[in-house]
Order: sequence, then C-alpha cells, then structure tokens
Amino acid sequence: MITKTVNQKAWFLVLPVLLIVALNAIIPLMTVVNYSVQDTFSPGVFFFEGTKWYKDVLSSPRFHGALGRQFLYTAIILAIEIPLGVLVALAMPRKGPWVSVCLVLMALPLLIPWNVVGAMWNIFALPDIGLLGYGLNWLGFDYNYTQQPVSAWMTVVLMDVWHWTSLVVLLAYAGLSSIPDAYYQAAKIDGASSFAVFRYIQLPKMKRVLIIALLLRFMDSFMVYTEPFVLTGGGPGNSTTFLSIDLVKAAIGEFNLGIAAAMSILYFLMTLLVCWVFYTAMMRGEES
Amino acid sequence: MRGAKIALVFVYILFLMLPIYWLLNMSFKTTNEILGGFSWYPQEFTLASYKTIFTDSTWYNGYINSLTYVLMNTVISVSLALPAAYAFSRYRFLGDKHLFFWLLSNRMAPPAVFVLPFVELYSALNLFDTPFAVALAHCLFNVPLAVWILEGFMSGVPREVDETAYIDGYSFPRFFIKIFMPLIAAGIGVTAFFCFMFSWVEMLLAKNLTSVAAKPIVAVMTRTASTAGYELGLLAAAGALTLIPGVIVIWFVRKHIAKGFALGRV
Repeated sequence: MITKTVNQKAWFLVLPVLLIVALNAIIPLMTVVNYSVQDTFSPGVFFFEGTKWYKDVLSSPRFHGALGRQFLYTAIILAIEIPLGVLVALAMPRKGPWVSVCLVLMALPLLIPWNVVGAMWNIFALPDIGLLGYGLNWLGFDYNYTQQPVSAWMTVVLMDVWHWTSLVVLLAYAGLSSIPDAYYQAAKIDGASSFAVFRYIQLPKMKRVLIIALLLRFMDSFMVYTEPFVLTGGGPGNSTTFLSIDLVKAAIGEFNLGIAAAMSILYFLMTLLVCWVFYTAMMRGEES
Repeated sequence: MRGAKIALVFVYILFLMLPIYWLLNMSFKTTNEILGGFSWYPQEFTLASYKTIFTDSTWYNGYINSLTYVLMNTVISVSLALPAAYAFSRYRFLGDKHLFFWLLSNRMAPPAVFVLPFVELYSALNLFDTPFAVALAHCLFNVPLAVWILEGFMSGVPREVDETAYIDGYSFPRFFIKIFMPLIAAGIGVTAFFCFMFSWVEMLLAKNLTSVAAKPIVAVMTRTASTAGYELGLLAAAGALTLIPGVIVIWFVRKHIAKGFALGRV
C-alpha cells in the first residue's frame, strides 16, 4: 500500500482531464436537464413545465415496460456470463503457448464494432440462411427471431453472452494468474479437494477482479443499445425494446424532447445509484 | 478432469468462432448465393465484395475516417490521463475521491442520453461532421477509463522511485518522461489498447456526430443495408474487414492482456 502525501497542487495535473470531461459531461447534461423541465412549440420558444415530463414518464406503461425488460435482461446476462466466465477461466491452461492463442481468440468478439456484432447475428440467426437459425429448425425447434418474442429474447441474450463473456474470462484469468504456485503446492500437500482450492484460494484472489467484471457488465448491459437494435430493432412488437432503444426512439424517432430528456435523467440516476453502491463496496474491500 | 477442462475451453472458443466463420463465409459468396439458401461454404467463391470496398471511395473512406477519430481519441485520452492518473496514485488533495468517482460515473452514462445534446454542442463548436467531434465525444468514456487503468499500474510502482529521482535532481517533467513512463510502458500500451477498442466499437455517437465528410465505416454500412437493397455479401465483407484493426492491436498487447483486463489491479 502506497502512502499518499497531501498536495493540493495535484489539482493542476488533474485539470486537463477535468476540463475535457466537463465539456462532454456537464454541458450536455445541463442541456438534458433544460429539456426535461421545458416544452416547446416552435424553435427557440420554450415554456417552463416543471416536473410534468417526469410525472408523464413515471406513470407511462411504456417506460415501465422498457424498465422491466431492461432489468430482466441485465439479470439474465449477469447470471449467465459471470459463472460461465469464471468456469472457462478456471479451465484455461495456466502456462504454455496455448495461453496466448486462447486469449487472442477469446478477445476477438470484444473488438468487433457493436453494429457489426448485431448485423452478424442478424444473419447468423436467420432461419433460412443462418447457421444458428437453420440448425435449430433442423433440430426440430420452431425458431424464428423476427416473429416470436421468445426466440428474439433468446437470440439477444445468446448474442450478448457471445460478445461479452470473454471480458469476464479475461478478468478472472488475470486474477487467477496472480496466485503463486506455492499456494497450489501447499493445498496439494494438505490434500485439499479441488472445490476447497477454488473456495479458499482461487475465489478470494479473484474477488477484486470479479467485482470489476460485475461493475463493467452491469453498466454495459444496462445501457445496451446498438447490438439488440441492429439485431431485432426492438421487436417483434416491443418485446426487445430496452431502455436505450426506447430513449432513442422517443428523442430522435418521435422528437419528444421533454419525455426523452426526463427519461434520460431518470435512467442516468439509476445507473449512477447502482454503480455508487458497487463502487463503495469495492473501495471498502480494497481498504480492508 | 483435465479432458473436461480442455473440452470446455474448446467448445467455448468454437462457439465464439462460429458467427465469425459465418460472416467470412458470406463475404466470399455472391448476394444471390447467400439469399439462395443454406450452404456451409461458398459454392462460387468470389472476391467481388472486397474488390468493391477497396475501389469505391465511399467505402474505404469510411475506414479511414473511423481510424482517424479512433487514433486521435487514443492519443488525447492517454496523454491527458497520464498526469491525472499520477496525481490520483501519488497525492491526496481536496475532493480527490469524489472527483475520481465523478470521472468514473461518466463511464456509466448511457451514450443514448448524450446523443442529442452532443449534436447541439458540437454543432455550436463548429466541429459537427469532423473527426474531432467524435474523438472528443469519445473522451467522455475513454478518459475516465484511461485514468482508472493507468492509476492501477502506477500504484504498482514504489514511491521510492519518485523520491530517488527528485534527490538526484530530476525536475518533474523530466522524471515523468525519462524514468516513470518507461516503468509503466506496459500499462500505457494496455490503456491505449482499451481506448482504441472502445472508440472503435462505439457507433451511436460516431454515427450521429457525422453526416457526410467524416462518416465512419459503421454509418456507411448502415446506409448500404437500408438503401442498396440489402447487399448481404458486401455487408459481410465490410464487417469482416472491421475485424482486422482489432486483431492487429490485440496481437501487440497479447502478453499484457490478462493483467490489462484487470485494469492493473491484480
């Protein structure tokens, strides 16, 4: 642990970062706040509306629907990706030439532009010409993601698992590779079972990186937009319309600025709240 | 046990590769063949889609535009984050913890929230439809991330290094560039990798902050998908080509990737 000295001049080192992030964060956020309390009938003419938009949003079934779907989606994603990622990381070889090969291949999906991911799965899952869709129908499943909400959900979840599980694998693997060999040898001498090794050696060492994984996967899945939008366009019907998709629809598609802005603020506050809880937990874990 | 482990890793990687194989498979087919029905490999192997992309300026300019703002963003993010990360890793100052969380909170802001205000902001700054707009906008999430990763790596360097250098009479800038930066070279590489990655894959902001002159490849693809009657072969080839920059950068950092993904905090 490094002891830090108090030095107020350190602010000068932070200043450039502060300015550029403030330009990108505070000005746009204030614009959104402005929109969220005003109404307009012609360009440049605004009326103060107070909390009207917020009340509208909070009482609209459409928002409740999108919010519900968003939480369900994030919960499913986390429940699959975190355990699967840990399992794969545990199964990875720890040394040798295969490590690099595995890591590079696994990292590949992370580096594909998100709309290409969507487009790729869009075709991959088509029932007539895509490998996944064709294969499932050949196996006797009635699968068509453009028509059936259940199939659409399955595809969206499978795509996210494909896209992001590797992030969890890489993080967990980083945690595992920091365990000295001596720990394993000691466990062997003690005759510890492989579950005991996992529970008392590997899991505690992975704790910190797993919290980072959880934090990153929560944030990113909670604001997911591009991939499901390109894959399903939010359909069939509204079945895969998540918060971001609904938001962009309201703001750009329907030009409902007030509603969209109020939604933005609520959305941002929710993400912030959850992340603050995670972050506090993480920092507490780090200090102890 | 060992066999089961190898099988799991193998099946997982196979699962990752299948959609990519399908993309490559399609990129070598004609659009007619793709729409004609299911086939495991191209019956009439063709490079026509790739040829179109490399000869049509709209297409290859899309790649150039994307790479331009991605590289700009990487340079801006890393160079601004370096001193800030040093401050966070070495000093306590008024409001440091709150500032750190505030920075991170911008990584949590859904880009969908910022699309519209960003268009207004960058139009007002006369930067709309230039690579600068996208490069600066991507700083919203890349700068905080860069600070976070670099801070992790810097905290791994003992403080004695700094103190010895000051006793030897190094000024801060000279110490930072000559001694400190080489020590965290791997961390800088990993940070650049992450900035590159997140700027390269983002498309909502990139698409909405440009219209004609600086249009990124992802926007060119969307246009093709909607207007040119769904040219699947072309779309697949364009998609396949977007994999290349990722493969190149990942190859460079493959040795540090495991530690890098832990944001230097292992």
